[in-house]
Amino acid sequence: MIILGTVVTRFLPFFLISSKKPTPKYIQYLGVMLPAAAMGLLVIYSFKDVSILSGTHGLPELIATAAVVALHLWKRQMLLSIAGGTVLYMLLLQFVF
Amino acid sequence: MSPKHRRIRALQAAFPFTIPILTGFVFLGIAYGYYMTAEGFHALYPIIISLSVYAGSMEFVTVGLLKEAFDPVRVLLLTLMINARHLFYGIAMLERYRAAGRKRFFLIYGMSDETFSVNCAASIPPDVDRGWFMLWVTVLDYCYWQFGTVAGAALGSVVKINTEGLSFVLTALFVVLFIEQWLKEKTHHSALLGLLGSLMCLVIFGSSQFIIPSMLVILAGLTLMKKPLEKAGDCP
Repeated sequence: MIILGTVVTRFLPFFLISSKKPTPKYIQYLGVMLPAAAMGLLVIYSFKDVSILSGTHGLPELIATAAVVALHLWKRQMLLSIAGGTVLYMLLLQFVF
Repeated sequence: MSPKHRRIRALQAAFPFTIPILTGFVFLGIAYGYYMTAEGFHALYPIIISLSVYAGSMEFVTVGLLKEAFDPVRVLLLTLMINARHLFYGIAMLERYRAAGRKRFFLIYGMSDETFSVNCAASIPPDVDRGWFMLWVTVLDYCYWQFGTVAGAALGSVVKINTEGLSFVLTALFVVLFIEQWLKEKTHHSALLGLLGSLMCLVIFGSSQFIIPSMLVILAGLTLMKKPLEKAGDCP
């Protein structure tokens, strides 16, 4: 059942929208606009278990994320931004908070 | 370029993008394999589940479900809820994956959050075959996860190293790819809608139930913006 549910959500759009007929205008529009929104959802999704009201109040996450954004806008080297942010986060979590 | 050369070129282009996923997946895979064996399941369980289900958060939920009485309807509904965001990925990648021919079957089957985000936001160099690039990302990510699960299940109790906070590597990946997407696009209506709409839903509905409301908010927002955006000429 878990396999079925997973496969259904992944294949459904491809299955419903036949490749023989041209894709409906509305779906085309969604195809162009959705990626950015889905990435936004994914960012929030990865922060979903951060608690602002208790523990460290999400401060390590906030600082590390700010570092990732700053590094990336500065150097625009994907691996550097990710490694830098992650190492900083681990240091914050293990030594500071 | 010969077909073989094209494949290798695509692999060279794809691999650097998957390094953060390698780190994150091996770490999470080990955690999963370890967790499941610690819960008393035979080492083959996590391996088989990873090979077939291949949906990170769902696999952790599976541990709980396998311990309860079997209730297929509830299991199916829960899976659909947790994985519903893949409907979005499907619509977003519809045209791109379709252009990949027969490769699309594995592309669709193996589309995790991380694979989607790379295939969606990465700037693929113009001399690289897009179909092969996306296939390599998908295959590599799939292998990383399997490797992690096997390692975790086999080791049972690994040497204790302090990996606290390492899973942030995937958060950082999403943030970086969000910025890449942001820098690529002309207007940011959709990105902001996704970010703020989801945040709002997370605050209102809580972490276990915010995904479906977020998707509805995003769909409604995009539908409402369609007319004004078309007038402004900001989208096709």
